[in-house]
Amino acid sequence: MDSKFNITVRNCDLYYSEFQALKDVNMDIDEHEVTAFIGPSGCGKSTFIKTLNRMNDLIEDCRITGEIIIGEQDIYEKGTDVTMLRKNVGMVFQKPNPFPMTIYDNIAFAPRTFGIKKKAELDEVVERSLRQAGLWDEVRDRLRKNAMGLSGGQQQRLCIARALAAEPKILLMDEPTSALDPISTGKIEELMIELKKEYTIIIVTHNMQQATRISDKTAFFLLGEVIEYATTQELFSNPKDKRTESYITGRFG
Amino acid sequence: MKKNAHKRQILKFAVLKNITRAALLVSLIALVSVVAFILIRGLPHINMQLLFGEYTSRSPSLLPAITGTLYIIVISILIAAPIGIGSAIYLTEYTNSKSRLIRIVRIAVETLAGIPSIVYGIFGYLVFVVALGFRYSLIGGGMTLAIMILPVIVRSTEESLLAVPLALREGSFALGSSKVRTIFSVVLPCAASGIVTSLILAIGRVISESAALLMTIGMVVNKVPENFASPGTSLALNVYYFGSHGYPEEAAATAVVLLVLVMSINILATALGKFFGKGELAHG
Repeated sequence: MDSKFNITVRNCDLYYSEFQALKDVNMDIDEHEVTAFIGPSGCGKSTFIKTLNRMNDLIEDCRITGEIIIGEQDIYEKGTDVTMLRKNVGMVFQKPNPFPMTIYDNIAFAPRTFGIKKKAELDEVVERSLRQAGLWDEVRDRLRKNAMGLSGGQQQRLCIARALAAEPKILLMDEPTSALDPISTGKIEELMIELKKEYTIIIVTHNMQQATRISDKTAFFLLGEVIEYATTQELFSNPKDKRTESYITGRFG
Repeated sequence: MKKNAHKRQILKFAVLKNITRAALLVSLIALVSVVAFILIRGLPHINMQLLFGEYTSRSPSLLPAITGTLYIIVISILIAAPIGIGSAIYLTEYTNSKSRLIRIVRIAVETLAGIPSIVYGIFGYLVFVVALGFRYSLIGGGMTLAIMILPVIVRSTEESLLAVPLALREGSFALGSSKVRTIFSVVLPCAASGIVTSLILAIGRVISESAALLMTIGMVVNKVPENFASPGTSLALNVYYFGSHGYPEEAAATAVVLLVLVMSINILATALGKFFGKGELAHG
């Protein structure tokens, strides 16, 4: 419980066969902060967020060097329990991807993976997770209905609740609002600010206003490199690097 | 000049339309006349004695064939379904679909699906009936049919599995699930309707098959099989037997039974596909 879950990245290079997608990334991410990754498409920010829960394992010919340490553990060390890693580091995707099963079964999916079978316990996790995701009042009467019947914004909050049900310490969000309307986006942003009290949140976003609204720190990626990493306020008001400045003032990207 | 060209164009359209319409008409006439002819010739001869009576050479019965058909359905599906579904899971979930070896396997499976069934028949005869010493038996015939429907099951199951969005697999892995849990709790349930439909269609093929059984189950039309090792017959085979042994009415009646069975199976498969398919995988 009291073990720390800060993230330390040292000299991280990542290759998709011959193509180098990340170049010498170094970064320290503290607990209970919202960190935003910004940058133009193809700059490596999504690739980088996926290294943190080893989702890039699923991609063939993907090679990674350097160190990524979460808490005490180098997560690319041999013998790392990827299952436990992904339990601790949850992920929400760009497009809502609820399973075509009931709302209840969606949320109970991860707890069941980790051996919780008793109905009372599951009921409790389901209610708590849905409340945390701000979805409980909207779905409490239809927990046994198929999740595919929810609206896009509700589906995305369901996916957040589903991730929270695994009781993660870190929540990775890969452009979680890019497929949603402004109202749903607003709800999810409020939710993130609420959630950072208990979780460390890392979000990839194309929306710079979103980064300024919700994040404590921001990293600007370009062509696989971290150009600048600072507090959000500093990065947006007083960028150190010319390229950061041109990007945030909208001169490219 | 221009006006003429326009007229010619209109004429061309009209001609093409009528030619294709005539083609459709001929196909429909062919189809309808087969069904109508079979029904007219066969329906009057369907009665309880024919369907479930005791077999005598004066009034033959389909009971041995109905029993035999059930046996070979059970045998072939019990063998082919787990192996076929297993192969499809391996192909889609555990291999890189772009690798050369897997492409070759795919082509081989497709080729197997196109082999004439009589070839499976002679294989079944040489291997099961003779070499393995099963003699003419329902098990030998059922196993021959299992091999025959295997590629069909592999292909269609594979298609159902590939239709499950990658995003769902990612979602499952991201929650800490193992590959096994992902396959059994997410991928297979999503693909279930497609897999069930393909099994039903496979049953349809088993019911319709005669050539592959000709040399394997013995075509014993007058005795209800005792168990799966007994020789026997099937409905499709009985059409051939009755037709070539002086029972034309019974042959037509058997054809009606066969027709109704296969039609109901196809309707069932379509209905199941529609029933399960509703909105389940609505998102890409």
